[in-house]
Amino acid sequence: MALPKYTEPHYRVWHYFYLFVCGCVFFFLIAPLFVIFPLSFNAEEFLVFTDGMKRLDPDAFSTRWYKDMVYGTKNPWGLAAKNSFIIAIFATIGSIILGTLAALGLSSRHMPYKGLIMATLISPMIVPLIISGVAIFFFMAKVGLAATHLGIILAHIILGTPFVVITVTATLSGFDHSITRAASSLGSNPFNTFMKITLPLILPGVISGGLFAFVTSFDEVVVVLFLAGLDNTTIPVQMWTGLREQLSPTILAVATCLIVLSILILLTAELLRRRSERLRGINR
Amino acid sequence: MSSEQKILSTDGIPLEESLKQAEKKNKIKAFLLVTPLLLFLIITYIIPIADMFSRSIDDKMVTNMLPKTYKAMEQWDGKELPQEEVFEAFYLDYKILVENKTAGRLQTQLNYEKNGFKSVLKKLARKQKKFEEGNYKEQIMKVHKRWRNVDYWRAIKRRAPAYTYSKYLKGVDMYSNEEGKIVQVAEDRRIHRILWSRTLEVAFFVTLFCFLMAYPIAHLLATLPMKYSNLLMICVLLPFWTSLLVRTASWMILLQQQGLVNDFFVWIGLVADDNRPEMMYNKTGTYVAMTQILLPFMVLPLYSVMKTISPSLMRAGKSLGATPGVAFFKIYFPLTIPGIGAGCLLVFILAIGYYITPALVGGASGTLISNQIAYHMKSTLDWSFASAMGLMLLTGVLVIYWIYNKLVGVDNIKLG
Repeated sequence: MALPKYTEPHYRVWHYFYLFVCGCVFFFLIAPLFVIFPLSFNAEEFLVFTDGMKRLDPDAFSTRWYKDMVYGTKNPWGLAAKNSFIIAIFATIGSIILGTLAALGLSSRHMPYKGLIMATLISPMIVPLIISGVAIFFFMAKVGLAATHLGIILAHIILGTPFVVITVTATLSGFDHSITRAASSLGSNPFNTFMKITLPLILPGVISGGLFAFVTSFDEVVVVLFLAGLDNTTIPVQMWTGLREQLSPTILAVATCLIVLSILILLTAELLRRRSERLRGINR
Repeated sequence: MSSEQKILSTDGIPLEESLKQAEKKNKIKAFLLVTPLLLFLIITYIIPIADMFSRSIDDKMVTNMLPKTYKAMEQWDGKELPQEEVFEAFYLDYKILVENKTAGRLQTQLNYEKNGFKSVLKKLARKQKKFEEGNYKEQIMKVHKRWRNVDYWRAIKRRAPAYTYSKYLKGVDMYSNEEGKIVQVAEDRRIHRILWSRTLEVAFFVTLFCFLMAYPIAHLLATLPMKYSNLLMICVLLPFWTSLLVRTASWMILLQQQGLVNDFFVWIGLVADDNRPEMMYNKTGTYVAMTQILLPFMVLPLYSVMKTISPSLMRAGKSLGATPGVAFFKIYFPLTIPGIGAGCLLVFILAIGYYITPALVGGASGTLISNQIAYHMKSTLDWSFASAMGLMLLTGVLVIYWIYNKLVGVDNIKLG
């Protein structure tokens, strides 16, 4: 953002002040994440930068906490990771199926009571998690699904579908319905039309909604805390317990892995967004 | 219309009707697509939330434990000691409870209603084994003199209704006293009101801080050329996609007494090395961590609105003689109001129900209403009180959501 030459000095000062403020805010947003990274390689058990680390002494760094994370005998991270992935994957699949179907119905112009139904469908996103947690816990306890994987998966489908509904509805808003009509006039049945015409076009929206659902499930702790028994512990629950009791460097090792995972998800989401924008650009 | 000839479709049905039928078919088709999710949510989510209401007013526990007593008490006016039938019924009810070893629950419940109930009930449980048949009034009154005090019988009668709104009163630090009047609890015990006001305060200030920080960077992101703004956007999106617990953990490391923030303050000479302030386990920690965590939710709606504002509007204003300040406040700022509304309400709603971060970095002075709900769910097991508080919070959120819907529209929520 170069300023034009004729800018008066006090606006120039103001402009640089504005850039400085922006810089500070960006720093505030992103810097905390990068504190975890070096500390997870700490050779000591403390969660502060040791003198050795400040001197960049190679002896002050080690991968012992990563080893502890993977091989540690008392560490439940292996089980937690397995549970987290199983739950998140099934919850994502469930959210995608239910959410995409609902979004298809919602974006039809024949849909009755659109506003009310939309509000109901995305309500799990608006209702505070603690209330969702209490309500879902009561339900799951009543039907005997508390402390089961299925119960947690269903709970995460509830929390994940709003994201799929929103992203797919957004993708469908630029959707040209005459294409599907063309397909049916050429003799395709609705299922084939959906699989061959609609789905490929809305796929970016579906996948990015699915990513949201995956992250929601993978990162969700409030509801799981109510529902989970010892066998269904997940990574966030383990982190929560760890953070409450004692901050250990092993948690930072796990956190670093999670940051790497979120970078991967972010990149995927960005690529999809660009692809979707490009596709829609061609449609216009 | 009727005099004119109706237009018929190829199969002989009037076109109007045929259209209507097709329309209806489409409606059903669209509705059927939504049905699976709608049903799923109604069964697993909406009904359980509604069920929280019946749980929060449910007070059948005592009612079910003393069925005969309450039947006998129907005739009693509560002015003087009840008749022999009431004593007899109470004796019979209580005997069953003692035999089933569930008398403890009744003792606790009635002790809530009137202090000192527990000990007399325990004594009665011991003594009534030797009771003779008939004239229970005399025998019970002989066990303890409090049975001669009509206040205790009134306390039992007060628990007769199967429903109560006392949990809601408790949520705002009130209760209904022995005369049935609604009064406030003693001043030093008004903890819930403090929590409500603190929750509102934290949500308000977090929203304010988020707004003040998000506005400049959203503006920068919207006005920079694409290749720079995409790069900077990652700074907003990466925290957004990163686990909440990871971000909270990083704040716990930064804000601890030997943490980097304190190191920095010592280095610039703001505080002495031996006098490092406590920044975590209090409100400061809650504010700082929550602001950073919720900031992306403010930036994204602001950005998506600012992106649509054409820069030529500002230029036009300036060319007509407005100073940059005037142009900003008269042209740019009003155009961003929808984004401000969306961002502020989104952050406010999220902040008002926050649980994890306050529980970890908040300490005692930084906990919010959600923490209290979780506490009653997990520790005291007073689920009806947790339900009542949850519904009070939910009502507040729904009001805000309703305003949001009126001002911005739910359909305008954008993600990334």
